[in-house]
Amino acid sequence: MSDEKDKDLNGTEHGEENESNDAETLAEKKTRAVAEAKAKAAELKKKREEEKVVKAGQAEEETQEDAKARAAAEAKARAAELRKKREEEKLAEADEQIESKEDAKARAAAEAKARAAELRKKREAEKSVGSDTVDDTATAKAKAAAAAKAKAEALKKKKEREQAVESVVGDDKASAKAKAAAAAKAKAEALRKKKEREQAAESESGDDAASAKAKAAAAAKAKAEALRKKKEKAAQAGSDDDADDAKAKAAAAAKAKAAALANKRAKEQAGGGATDDEKAKAIAAAKAKAKAAAAARAKGSKTEEAEEEKPSPNQPLLNKYVKVIKEHLGEEVLEDFYINKLAKHVPTLVAKPETFYKLAEFLKRNEQLAFDFLSELHGSDFETHMEVYLYLYSFQNRQPVSLKVKIDRDEPSVDSVTPLWEGANWPEREAYDLLGITFKGHPNLTRIMMPDDWVGHPLRKDYEQYDVEV
Amino acid sequence: MIRTEEMLLNVGPQHPSTHGVFRIVLKIDGEQIVEATPVIGYLHRGTEKLAEDLQYTQIIPYTDRMDYLAAMTNNYVICHAVETMMDLEVPERAEYLRVLVMELGRIASHLVWFGTYLLDIGAMSPFLYAFREREVIINLLNEISGGRLTFNYMRVGGVKWDAPEGWIDKVRDFVPYMREQLAGYHDLVTGNEIFLARVKGIGKYTKEEALAYSLSGANLRCTGVKWDLRKDEPYSIYDRFDFDIPAREEGDAWSRYQCRMAEIEEALKIIEQAVEQFPDEGKIMAKVPRIIKPPAGETYVRIESPRGEIGCYIASKGKKEPYRLKFRRPSFYNLQILPKLLKGENISNLIAILGGVDIVLGEVDG
Repeated sequence: MSDEKDKDLNGTEHGEENESNDAETLAEKKTRAVAEAKAKAAELKKKREEEKVVKAGQAEEETQEDAKARAAAEAKARAAELRKKREEEKLAEADEQIESKEDAKARAAAEAKARAAELRKKREAEKSVGSDTVDDTATAKAKAAAAAKAKAEALKKKKEREQAVESVVGDDKASAKAKAAAAAKAKAEALRKKKEREQAAESESGDDAASAKAKAAAAAKAKAEALRKKKEKAAQAGSDDDADDAKAKAAAAAKAKAAALANKRAKEQAGGGATDDEKAKAIAAAKAKAKAAAAARAKGSKTEEAEEEKPSPNQPLLNKYVKVIKEHLGEEVLEDFYINKLAKHVPTLVAKPETFYKLAEFLKRNEQLAFDFLSELHGSDFETHMEVYLYLYSFQNRQPVSLKVKIDRDEPSVDSVTPLWEGANWPEREAYDLLGITFKGHPNLTRIMMPDDWVGHPLRKDYEQYDVEV
Repeated sequence: MIRTEEMLLNVGPQHPSTHGVFRIVLKIDGEQIVEATPVIGYLHRGTEKLAEDLQYTQIIPYTDRMDYLAAMTNNYVICHAVETMMDLEVPERAEYLRVLVMELGRIASHLVWFGTYLLDIGAMSPFLYAFREREVIINLLNEISGGRLTFNYMRVGGVKWDAPEGWIDKVRDFVPYMREQLAGYHDLVTGNEIFLARVKGIGKYTKEEALAYSLSGANLRCTGVKWDLRKDEPYSIYDRFDFDIPAREEGDAWSRYQCRMAEIEEALKIIEQAVEQFPDEGKIMAKVPRIIKPPAGETYVRIESPRGEIGCYIASKGKKEPYRLKFRRPSFYNLQILPKLLKGENISNLIAILGGVDIVLGEVDG
């Protein structure tokens, strides 16, 4: 009612204006005012409603147009404009809807995950678990299933880790004993590992059957399978790590920690399921993702602990290298050997300058080691000595090693390894150019970065730029 | 009797097809290349020397200028090296952002290669299409980092900026768009007979040669070595994504083309998954001391850049500046095989072979 009043007011106002400006008839003024008012009303309506209303408005406008040409023309134009705008908006909306339908799965999964994550954070903050979000029976069921699954997962992990710990103890004792037993140890270890792996596979498959029973859709299942495989790998890698742990205590602590983590995960998973819609797919996707996160976490925490505890996962590798080298080249070739904990535990060998080439050649040509790829070669000036650093990789064994040689700083010179790896050509030239290290036997030892007439070697710590004018 | 004489031909350093300042001294007999001697160093800026007087955070912008077509991976490698030394754990959200920007950068880099390589061998239009799509990526990266090519985006312990409002959705929308365009590229180029005639069997080498010459990236994978550090030595959170390592057996320019195009597709897969798993909230920086001092010792890490294996060696004495910093620059290593590939080739294949290696001179010269 008040709308009508407003319209009238507006109408009279407009009418007065028009009267003063041009001489139109009263009837025309009135009709025009009404038309305008109507158009405005239609606009308002359209704002609230959608296309249908727009259409209705349009129809009305059209009839008005037939009756009162000039006045309605304006209104119609305005309405048309508005309609266009609306239609565009609607179209855009529709597009979005279609799009969202297309990847509804992905979105749903993402949403589910997001919700799970949100809940997890909330939980962690409040430390009150699970009690507040028990809803209908369907979600409760899902929650129970998730919890059971997670529990099974945790148990399996625990088992695996226990096995790993066992192997740690055995391994440690063996290594404490004489070196002569090393070969036997390796064999035994290999066997044990094999067994472990088989067992792991068995328990894996058992879990698989259990999960097959779960409601998860086929797609989600496949995903979970892939994840599990990945996890299995991770677990194996983890057990390798553990095999070298000296302190069973520490391992036990790690185990407990991981178990706690898994437990926590399980609860969180359950929580995530509880808030979800009843859509089984979404739940399954969320589960799979939470699992992935848990696996990633577990892996992360494991490697961390391995780093805290002294013996490195690559210690057996280093032992193997050193053993093979000493067997073939004698005791004197190596100046030093250690695990470089700061460089992802890469086994590091330090050669003597006179045996450097022999050792490098052995590392490449020996069938057991087969370091066929030179990843990096460079020199450094350590003021007390010069150093050439090589990072080698064996594609056959998928193992890295870094090889270093310390050489005299005043007359730095060492054998070139270009006969072994052609890829060493330019890096050696670079080391010569910037540090002045001479590589004996290099095919073309010239400057590569600096101009040919440059004086001095810039990366040396005592370098001072040569200036003609001084 | 026609008497032939060897002639010395200088290509570059100012030559458009070298994509920078790269010079090759060619000894030619008629149209046959007898010997090719690459001359580099025109863009040497002494990054490693400069870094010895800089704090770790200050070095990051210098890394942008090495491989300026994929600066995000350079950013990452030095951060990763310092994080490895300090045993830092990077927040999950930061890791996802890093993966997203690195993979976007990988696509952008491959697009530049695709466009310019075809331009090199005579096809004009693919260049325009490739740069159109690249512009979308550059805009995305600009939005998150404030830079189009030199991002200076990552920090030790995380990233500098969080994703702006709606950025993740834009990245999500980019994936189907790029897929569509990629299909267009294949229609336009991949089956083209002229293109095939220019690249098939050109610049061929074997797996053994590739390994001996320390080649990496697509240059190695084109010989059948399935090797990708993202998969084989997973860093960051790459072990959470499902993707393939495209590899071919032939070892020629054609197989390198196929590898790189397939890598775009794989990078899209990773982006798709990363967007889906992207955490809604969380920190983007770990707790890091204001002045970063890694423990005394040395480290070497390597990651997969679009051009191959990029590594970073740091020798630290526990100070705020590195004692010695060294980058293993993939283009520098990959380029070494060029004289071998050019020997005996027809001079018309020179550019097709050089382009196929995919070098960035900023990285070659360091």
